[in-house]
Amino acid sequence: MLEISGLEVSYGAIRALHGVSVRVPDKAIVTLIGANGAGKSTLLRTVSGLAKATAGTVRYDGEDITGLPPHAIVARGLCHVPEGRMVFANLTVAENLRMGAYLRRDSAGVAADLDYCFETFPRLKERISQSAGTLSGGEQQMLAIARAIMGKPRCLMLDEPSLGIAPILVRNIFKQIVAINRDRGITVLLVEQNANLALKISSYGYVLETGRVIRENDSLALRNDPSVREAYLGG
Amino acid sequence: MSDPTNPSFRQRPLDSFFQQLVNGLALGSVYALIALGYTMVYGVLRFINFAHADVLMLGAFSAYFLSPAVGLVLPLPGIAGSLVVMLISAAICAGVGILIEIFAYRPLRGRPKLTVLITAIGVSLLIEYACQHRAVFGAATRPFPTLFRERNLDLFGVTISSNDLVVVLVTALLLTGMWFIVHRTRVGIAMRAVSFNPQAAALMGININRVISFTFGLGSALAAVAGILYAMKAPGIEPLMGIHPGLRAFVAAVLGGIGNLPGASLGGLLLGLLETFAGGIPGLSNYRDAIAFSILILILLFKPAGLLGKSSVEKV
Repeated sequence: MLEISGLEVSYGAIRALHGVSVRVPDKAIVTLIGANGAGKSTLLRTVSGLAKATAGTVRYDGEDITGLPPHAIVARGLCHVPEGRMVFANLTVAENLRMGAYLRRDSAGVAADLDYCFETFPRLKERISQSAGTLSGGEQQMLAIARAIMGKPRCLMLDEPSLGIAPILVRNIFKQIVAINRDRGITVLLVEQNANLALKISSYGYVLETGRVIRENDSLALRNDPSVREAYLGG
Repeated sequence: MSDPTNPSFRQRPLDSFFQQLVNGLALGSVYALIALGYTMVYGVLRFINFAHADVLMLGAFSAYFLSPAVGLVLPLPGIAGSLVVMLISAAICAGVGILIEIFAYRPLRGRPKLTVLITAIGVSLLIEYACQHRAVFGAATRPFPTLFRERNLDLFGVTISSNDLVVVLVTALLLTGMWFIVHRTRVGIAMRAVSFNPQAAALMGININRVISFTFGLGSALAAVAGILYAMKAPGIEPLMGIHPGLRAFVAAVLGGIGNLPGASLGGLLLGLLETFAGGIPGLSNYRDAIAFSILILILLFKPAGLLGKSSVEKV
């Protein structure tokens, strides 16, 4: 469904990605693990059009989407939940969700998806008219994911959903990611530093180090890989 | 003792207070309408669009040239005719504002803000001096056509000009409309989203450039109406007429908290009132700007981010 090949990205003189290739099959959960500064966020930002690639291609559903502006990529059903959540703190929870559905015209479908989001994250319903800036980190992450679901994506890219969130909420959020993938058939590309959890819920994984893919395998195999265990799973 | 039947005795201190209040509100309304344009553009692009004051002038000139034509179809002065003049002028200025953004500011997207700011000053000077050329409008002051027949209304013993009332009413209507757009419509919420975080807004599928165009169009339309309302009370119109109210409206936007829409309205009204009341102090009327701006400086000393502005952007 999503095919990234030979992607190169530079920030000025610094090259952040050196020819990265990642494949995400339809309806799968694929994870990308790696340390800080490995280039994980850059990869997602380039796929969603926020950053420009100097070389390589991104194909989505067989179509070359490299270099398209972000709004054109969202329109194709590829949504990106950025690192740090980036909810609109000055907007209410309801307005944030409405922005998620910005491009949609099917009000019945939007209403149904809103119900689904509230079922998945009941906390958001309790806080519907609160401004998003007053939510806790975990609630903001829920909002960020729900907001992306409102866009009716077929593929969802999640950047560090566990970042800065209480462990008990992390577990809940990961459970919901699995549910979203299973119930709605949404393909997920999950970027995580919490490699243990990410590899548990995904079927395939890539390890990124200083802008290169240094290992890729079935998630189970990666979890048992001694070098991965040592570097990313705490021995 | 004052004799209520004798007009020359009608001017009691309280009357004069209410008259100044209405004058101040009318002036402040114009400032508020202009200030909204400054603050909206600042909200989405983080720079001061100095050409905004000249869009106001173009609004007044549009009305000047449209009035005879509209007058053939609808009675002018008259409410319906004036509304048509205002609407067409607003549409013309919305187009001008959008074009200014596309040609002058869009190519500089992502460049240092100072570059954009200097460009804005350049655009402003270009419009002002191009319009002073005799092939365009010429530098001479022209009498502004009468849109509403001015009458003095007697409200609870206070005499107020019907034009002041028109200014306040039109502004109140436009501010309500603005509130509705910004809080209830899709594009309005998108404007606030872009203002908070353009990248996140892009990830929602929002076409940032389109929202920016809309913002410029809306702000410029308000400026056009403000220009007409301002011209109604001014001795005449000329290409530099925007500078004075533009500068004050810019100050009003900062006073209210730049980027904050209710703040801009509040700042505009406050500045209009301050200026009017300071001008009404016997013997000090020549110092009205000095008094008004001293008070502003004091307010900003204690609230540097403006009355309704947040001292720092919430980062999460």
